[in-house]
Amino acid sequence: MPSLVSHPDEVKILSRRFGQGAADIEKYLEMDGYKAVQAAIEKGPDWIIAEMKASGLRGRGGAGFPTGMKWSFVPKQSAKPKYVLVNGDESEPGTCKDHLIFLHDPHAVIEGTMIAGLAIGSKLGFIYLRGEYRYLLKIVEKAVADAYAKGFLGKNIFGTGVDFDIVTQTGAGAYEVGEESALMESLEGKRGVPRIKPPFPAVVGLYGGPTVINNAETIATAPHILLMGGEAYAKVGSERNGGTRLFGISGHVERPGVYELPMGYNLKRAIYEVGGGIRGGKKLKAVVPGGSSTPVLLPEEIDIGLDFDQLGKAGSMLGSGGIVVLDETVSIVEFALRTISFYQHESCGWCIPCREGTDWLKKSIGRIYAGGGMEKDIDNIRYLAENMMGRTFCPLGDAAAMPTLGFVKKFRQEFEDYVNGKARSETPLLQISGAH
Amino acid sequence: MADVSFTVDGKKLTAPAGTLLIDACRAHGIEIPAFCYYPGLSLQAACRMCVVRQEKVPKLQTACTTPVAEGLVFTTESPEIAQARKATIELLLGNHPLDCPVCDAGGECELQDMTFRYGAHESKYVEIKQHREEQQWSPVVFFDRPRCILCYRCVRMCGEGMDVWALGIQNRGAGAVIAPNKQDHLECEECGQCIDVCPVGALTSGTYRYKTRPWEMNHVSTVCAHCGDGCKTTLGLKRADDGMEIVRGDNRDKSGINGDFLCIKGRYAFDYSNREDRLTKPLVRQANGELAPVSWEEALEFAGKKLREIRDAKGGRAIGVIGSNRTTNEEAYLLQKFARSVLGTNNIDHHRTADYATFAAALKGNADREASLRDFAAAPAILLLGGDPTEEHPGLAWQLRSDVRLNQARLYVVNHELIKLRRQAKAFLEISQDGYADLVSFLSGNGGALSSNEKAASFREDLLKEESVLIVFGPEYRGKDIEALVKFGMGFPKAKFAILGDYANSRGAADMGLFPDLLPGYVPVTAAGTFAEEYGEALPAAPGLDLVEMFDAAGAGDLAALYVVGSNPVSRYGVDASALKNVFLVVQDMFLTETAKLADVVFPAANLYEKAGTVTNTFGDIQLVKKAADRAGVRSDFELIVRLADRMGADVKKLVPFGRGGVRADFGQTRGAQSGEADRHQVWLTAHHIELKASPFDPFAIFDEVQRLVPAYDIPRMDLLTGNDQHIKTELVQIENTGSRRDLVLPSKDTLFTSGTLGKYSAMLHSVMESHTRKTAETAAD
Ligand SMILES: Cc1cc2nc3c(=O)[nH]c(=O)nc-3n(C[C@H](O)[C@H](O)[C@H](O)COP(=O)(O)O)c2cc1C
Ligand code: SF4
Ligand code: SF4
Ligand code: SF4
Ligand code: SF4
Ligand code: FES
Repeated sequence: MPSLVSHPDEVKILSRRFGQGAADIEKYLEMDGYKAVQAAIEKGPDWIIAEMKASGLRGRGGAGFPTGMKWSFVPKQSAKPKYVLVNGDESEPGTCKDHLIFLHDPHAVIEGTMIAGLAIGSKLGFIYLRGEYRYLLKIVEKAVADAYAKGFLGKNIFGTGVDFDIVTQTGAGAYEVGEESALMESLEGKRGVPRIKPPFPAVVGLYGGPTVINNAETIATAPHILLMGGEAYAKVGSERNGGTRLFGISGHVERPGVYELPMGYNLKRAIYEVGGGIRGGKKLKAVVPGGSSTPVLLPEEIDIGLDFDQLGKAGSMLGSGGIVVLDETVSIVEFALRTISFYQHESCGWCIPCREGTDWLKKSIGRIYAGGGMEKDIDNIRYLAENMMGRTFCPLGDAAAMPTLGFVKKFRQEFEDYVNGKARSETPLLQISGAH
Repeated sequence: MADVSFTVDGKKLTAPAGTLLIDACRAHGIEIPAFCYYPGLSLQAACRMCVVRQEKVPKLQTACTTPVAEGLVFTTESPEIAQARKATIELLLGNHPLDCPVCDAGGECELQDMTFRYGAHESKYVEIKQHREEQQWSPVVFFDRPRCILCYRCVRMCGEGMDVWALGIQNRGAGAVIAPNKQDHLECEECGQCIDVCPVGALTSGTYRYKTRPWEMNHVSTVCAHCGDGCKTTLGLKRADDGMEIVRGDNRDKSGINGDFLCIKGRYAFDYSNREDRLTKPLVRQANGELAPVSWEEALEFAGKKLREIRDAKGGRAIGVIGSNRTTNEEAYLLQKFARSVLGTNNIDHHRTADYATFAAALKGNADREASLRDFAAAPAILLLGGDPTEEHPGLAWQLRSDVRLNQARLYVVNHELIKLRRQAKAFLEISQDGYADLVSFLSGNGGALSSNEKAASFREDLLKEESVLIVFGPEYRGKDIEALVKFGMGFPKAKFAILGDYANSRGAADMGLFPDLLPGYVPVTAAGTFAEEYGEALPAAPGLDLVEMFDAAGAGDLAALYVVGSNPVSRYGVDASALKNVFLVVQDMFLTETAKLADVVFPAANLYEKAGTVTNTFGDIQLVKKAADRAGVRSDFELIVRLADRMGADVKKLVPFGRGGVRADFGQTRGAQSGEADRHQVWLTAHHIELKASPFDPFAIFDEVQRLVPAYDIPRMDLLTGNDQHIKTELVQIENTGSRRDLVLPSKDTLFTSGTLGKYSAMLHSVMESHTRKTAETAAD
């Protein structure tokens, strides 16, 4: 389990209870717990949504969709029950922030779920954890049970006449069920494949009812926003990117860990100041800025603000906020192979371009890495990835193609070196996770 | 929904708002490629072949999930789109075995067609293709994983279409694979629908695989010979040493009342036709008591002479005739005409599987009250009483399921068994086996035992709210019960009725007068009218013996001869062989059945796939059957009846009014291709008012007479000849007072895998039954 780290540049809003024993409901209550939800009950849905909109909070799951707006899309009247769904499937390589929230501050997730429920008029929330987080389930379940015991959940919560229930569930170990509609299929007990959109979850979601689905971090942020006020929260971040975010800095840095930094924080500073610089004084080779699906940045491209818009403009993405730092010792071909191996393994197989495309990408890159590559393979990799982009059923196909394209475009020489026998694999192919 | 207009490839089109672009385009002749899309099944958007560009939308869109709306502008072909499709095909071909030269689907494969269209001809990879061994999942279904493109059509067809849910998807990503419901094999209805919809050769059938190339076959469209639903089928035929062999059956062009549906029997159980042990030579019982092959001349002469002697010596009363549920209308009509006008007897009957006579009488005078099978495709509400369509009428069951699934039809089911269709029912009411009459009385508001049953009360309440109901009933209803049911049904503002009888032409057999008391069109023999004039004085005025009475008479020594055409009463009714000891028995059949074994003369008969004519399904839909298969040595029942009449010295031209006035009958050789065949020449000739009935074996010569004498069959001939089903007009029948008729209905209770005597000769049906019993036994032993 990662130990907690800290840096003076951090702005601790979401993480302020980390390491304080707030998984315990009494401690949580001491630290302003369950105040926001009571305010929410009192002031009503319009107020909640207004505050969320003012906060400029954008979804922390990866796409960065404005949360307040998402909540406002749910129809007021509905024949079917409405649901709140917490996406705790956190599986994007390089990302381990939701993990800390569930571990240190599970009540914030519960309270956030209730707030989302109040905002959209739902009486039932689901917290869905990835299968591999089964050990966190105990913590979350205890928190839910404690909240029930206090009368914060169930019938007539806080004696206000409002009802709200929470159900917890784990997945079975598939990255793809992090995609919102696949998650709903999984939760309904079906194969984890995505659904056709439209209709969008806000209109037809879980069990056919209007559903708000948010990342666990997004949800856990909601109580803080209500406590400090939307505008105040927005001010912490950069333009159109309100507040702070948990950034996971991993790879070849001196002090890897999860840091809460304001949106728009400089990436270079995050690596060199917050992360303590490149390990062992080595040279920086590349940075993957937002989880494994985001296109790689070269050292000369990292003087940039960490928010959705600035990274987008630079041809990459903020994604899930997982910053992966690669030093000069890294073989980009090997890294590309590890990345595509992940997506090949995790493709649900529903649509042709992703199912077959990831497989052929992996085979081609693997062959180059193993020394059997041909010149035309490099162009073919590009061709394959370009023909996957925008053509798959869900964004996983893009998530596999995008980084691959980045590697081939920005590090073509390295691929050529492998093809021409100038570079050689050091890690045996079979040891590369999934690459067999 | 209101029409909207939108633009596709520069053309302005209109379609109802919400229509899927792919359908709207198809309706206007613009074909958008699609692997996963299949009309009537749920949407997948999985193959990405149907991508098109929609103006102002950044990404390519899938036409199979994009509804059209006012003002939208689409491009369906462009270099960008062609490239996207090409790339998709390249990905599929990467692991595809490309064994097209031996693949069943070669030449009929959607992947081949798309590869040809988008030109994915370059090999991009050097990796070894993933190979997996072909698997046999059942006698019917084989699976070749490497050919599968994972379009999920089979999965949806089996689940959504068949309500069997025997196919699923295992694993994920590139390892995803279609899997059967029982680990390594299927336990299912063996309909082959999954194979039919497979766009490639991944699913192949036990009957057809590796038999031929599609272009080596003739394709003839005709009607299934099995149950009473009358599914249209296109038979694939291949030349064999002794004729044309059937190798395939499907209805890919969706041209008939069944759409693309066929059950296992229609799709695969034609194999009896190709059997080695078919009779191909006439047999005559010799002095030593054995049946031995003889020449046609000898057999016909012998049978004709003997029948004439018996008629002349003992009168028609001493002769009985039993007709078939699977011969054409023309043959059934001809048989009864032959019996009545040549043999001089009303002793004629057939194995009755439903009480059509009472049904016809009950509907008399009510135009349009009989439901066609087509009516079930879009009926808002259906009441199903008795029967078990899933087993006995798979075509109807398909229509009912589709109507419920696609049109949200309300299905009300009453049965004494927990039949499978209750799963589609809005309301299901279980009653006792003998409770069907009470039920009608209860539904009609006359109380009875069911009035204290709460379920029955709410069932009735819901049902009575319906305005327009199709009432379909099984053989549980006969005689007075049918009358009561029709009376009840007439209480709805709009109601139509359908009666369930068992075989391909059970209805036609009844309509054509294979009854001792009823002439064609249910005209009582006691009021023969026109028939008396037409058939001459030989037509006896009193009703004859029914089937059971005939065998009783035989046992009592009162029957001297029995002529059995396409029927196996000895097995069906458990007739004691000794009863027939002194009866001169002539049998026409494909096989040496239990009945044929006792015969004095056996004529090798053609089956329904080997002849032309018409059949009427149990819903009163009349359709054309065409000669598809051929077997050297066999004759159609039509021809055999005519030849027998000739040998008896009858005026054949009176029996079959063929040729133009004054043309003399020329019978020519007994071998040869004279059996008339309705084909496109016939269509043309008819269209030009030239009715060329060149031979006495032309069923259309007799069909003219049928249309003239049986008003219900006076349907537009052109529509029939061009292959369209036509609904007959039951309201025109003449029968009255059916209450006193003897109830001789004997339901066959066939299952999905049986089909009366015919089914016994299908190796495919046998192997499926065997495999199912074996597997069930294995599971039980586990
Ligand atoms: C392949 C794939 C995997 C995803 N995995 C996750 C995940 O693990 N956690 C998550 O919160 N969102 C994930 N998402 C994003 C969700 O679909 C969805 O956008 C998100 O849960 C919305 O929450 P937010 O608005 O709070 O970001 C994934 C999306 C895709 C396409
Ligand atoms: S892109 Fe297609 S195959 Fe890949 S995960 Fe999404 S739906 Fe599944
Ligand atoms: S044969 Fe019919 S029932 Fe069997 S798996 Fe195929 S579709 Fe399903
Ligand atoms: S077996 Fe045929 S129908 Fe089924 S998924 Fe594969 S290609 Fe499609
Ligand atoms: S449903 Fe009846 S008519 Fe249709 S294919 Fe099956 S047996 Fe033949
Ligand atoms: S037909 Fe549209 S995606 Fe397959």
